Amino acid sequence: MYEIIEKRDLCENIVLMKIKAPLIAKKAQPGQFIIFRIDDKGERVPLTINDYDEDGGTITIVFQKIGVSTKRLDMLNTGDSIMDVTGPLGKPSEFEGCKNVAVIGGGLGCAISYPQAKKLSSMGVNVDIIAGFRNTDYIILEDEMRAVCRDLIVMTDDGSNGNKGLVTDALKAEIEKGKNYDLVIAIGPLIMMKFVSLLTKEYGIKTIVSMNTIMIDGTGMCGCCRLTYDGKVKFACVDGPDFDGHKVDFDEAMRRNSVFKSQEREQDCKLMGVKVND
Amino acid sequence: MINKRETKVQNKELDPNIRNSNFEEVAGVYTPEQAIEEATRCLNCKHKPCVGACPVNVRIPEFIELVAQGKFTEAYDVIKTTNALPAICGRVCPQETQCEGQCVRGRKGEPVAIGRLERFCADYAMANGYKKEDKIEKNGIKVAVIGSGPAGLSCAGDLAKLGYDVTVFESLHTPGGVLTYGIPEFRLPKSLVSKEIAALEKLGVKIEVNSVIGRLLTIDELKDEYGFKAVFIATGAGLPSFMGIPGENLNTVFSANEFLTRVNLMKAYEYPKVDTPYYVGNACAIIGGGNVAMDAARTAKRLGAKKVYIVYRRTRAEMPARAEEIHHAIEEGIELIELTSPIQILGDEKGNVTGMECIRMELGEPDASGRRRPVKIDGSNYTINVNSVIIAIGQTPNPLVRESLDGLKTQSWGGIIADENGKTSVEGVYAGGDAVSGAATVILAMGAGKTAAKAIDEYLTRG
Repeated sequence: MYEIIEKRDLCENIVLMKIKAPLIAKKAQPGQFIIFRIDDKGERVPLTINDYDEDGGTITIVFQKIGVSTKRLDMLNTGDSIMDVTGPLGKPSEFEGCKNVAVIGGGLGCAISYPQAKKLSSMGVNVDIIAGFRNTDYIILEDEMRAVCRDLIVMTDDGSNGNKGLVTDALKAEIEKGKNYDLVIAIGPLIMMKFVSLLTKEYGIKTIVSMNTIMIDGTGMCGCCRLTYDGKVKFACVDGPDFDGHKVDFDEAMRRNSVFKSQEREQDCKLMGVKVND
Repeated sequence: MINKRETKVQNKELDPNIRNSNFEEVAGVYTPEQAIEEATRCLNCKHKPCVGACPVNVRIPEFIELVAQGKFTEAYDVIKTTNALPAICGRVCPQETQCEGQCVRGRKGEPVAIGRLERFCADYAMANGYKKEDKIEKNGIKVAVIGSGPAGLSCAGDLAKLGYDVTVFESLHTPGGVLTYGIPEFRLPKSLVSKEIAALEKLGVKIEVNSVIGRLLTIDELKDEYGFKAVFIATGAGLPSFMGIPGENLNTVFSANEFLTRVNLMKAYEYPKVDTPYYVGNACAIIGGGNVAMDAARTAKRLGAKKVYIVYRRTRAEMPARAEEIHHAIEEGIELIELTSPIQILGDEKGNVTGMECIRMELGEPDASGRRRPVKIDGSNYTINVNSVIIAIGQTPNPLVRESLDGLKTQSWGGIIADENGKTSVEGVYAGGDAVSGAATVILAMGAGKTAAKAIDEYLTRG
């Protein structure tokens, strides 16, 4: 069992949890993820590690209440325990040798790109963060992000923070301004990562994306996280989750992520109905 | 008095048309009377060809003689001396190519039903609250076993009996490896797997779940920081192979591992009572001819697919699956499409499978495996209508452990190189089962675990 040490809402539908997991905290590196299973009826669900504290023996996860498992996870509180947490899984991010990096986060993706930015800053790399949200109500981790970068640019879809536009608009503007990025790290919805990758390809800037596919075991066993990369089949769990965004078939990945959409809706209704934990 | 009947005593089986919609165990167990009757068919041969053909050398004529005398728990004790998991082996071993394949009675008529008798003894002992306290003198020496499948469990059991302080590290949340995630409930009830594992825990074996060695801890750390004096790698062949044909990444194309893991480990057959979903649709094609293909097909049928096809490029005679599994699958209404190979999988714009284009094959000259090589018949393409495709063409060893251990020598296809005792190129590190051999059987993995336990004991006592 893995105890929840802290829980807080970052915005209306995004929650942060700090979990006691000393061994994972000791090994975790940016880019890696865990798989959790709430109880013996739960699914195995991958979540990228947002932060880790080796001394305190905790890891932090940030999740959006979007499916049955994350909604059930949100029903747990500080002091409760999660039955299973496995990790750290996946290959750590590699960004040796870069000097000027743009870290792009979309919504929840900001929670996942945050450890990358933090690590890069600590290595003395120039880091700009471009973060995109639906509107001001959904902005998360603004202070945390500001603390680990040179320039933070926050965009909103509706302009409610006075900065209307997509992350790609902001990235393009920064590049045109003459910021010599030698690496872009884009983490967020597949559609965002796709368009960031298309943009950076035009400028010839290396781009790392983090593939959030469906998974079960997370150790290469089931193959449901497979994607087409440079024309070959790769497993996001063991070959990734980081990939060169210029070589990923995003359209296929988006299609594959919808495989259980109809069942998810059914489960959602069940969850909103009467019983959950019987 | 030898019982001269030429056929095995038939055990009870669930009606095929009822069982193909539930997950209850298909094969029933002998009654004590049936067991005694079958046991009296054994000739108790002096040269014991059956024992030599068993990867863990179960003392077959000895235990069968005890069964014939009605001494069932004594028979169980005899089996247990060499086999840590008899209830499992009695159900999933390919007896026809091992013990029963060498049985002298098989020359004229059917061999003795060794598998059914082994299972009877195990089930009898479990049902009758069998308790035998093994007197173990602990030596306090720590040994780590990576993976809790058949190889890992048998190695752990043997080492624990020798007094070692054994910890098994399992990456999933439930131990058992393929016994838990792979083999379905109707063939190997999970309650039984947990009982066998509980028996090992009583011997003092510790099991750490959610522990992915290679990520959470490395073998070097196990040795240097945690004080393990030897390590046995039994990580199996977990990485599914795909064919590389167009359409393979459509949404409703699954590896057999994914499909079976959803159903067996995650209990998706109880969906929506559990959270993990599955999909089969009205018609499902399984590609492959091994036990995994049979398991996937029979599972798909039970989950409601009206049409289930097993598509295999050779003929039934060349299928590597246990004869009984093929027989059971056909009884349950699954159609074998022999001498056929998929060319591409077809789908709609949403990514759902709508069909599979196949080509007919004929058998040519024997290949390296001794089986006749299937050759395409040009122009024989045709399409079958299916909504899902399950690929069961094999697995390769999981790379996580080997990638995290410097100096571990491996084959080009990923198998760990180990000698006949399981010794690898790294001091104090042994390996066995599918991680070494590539995908094989439960019993061969158990045999490898046993051999390695002996070698580890010799290595540690030699000093």
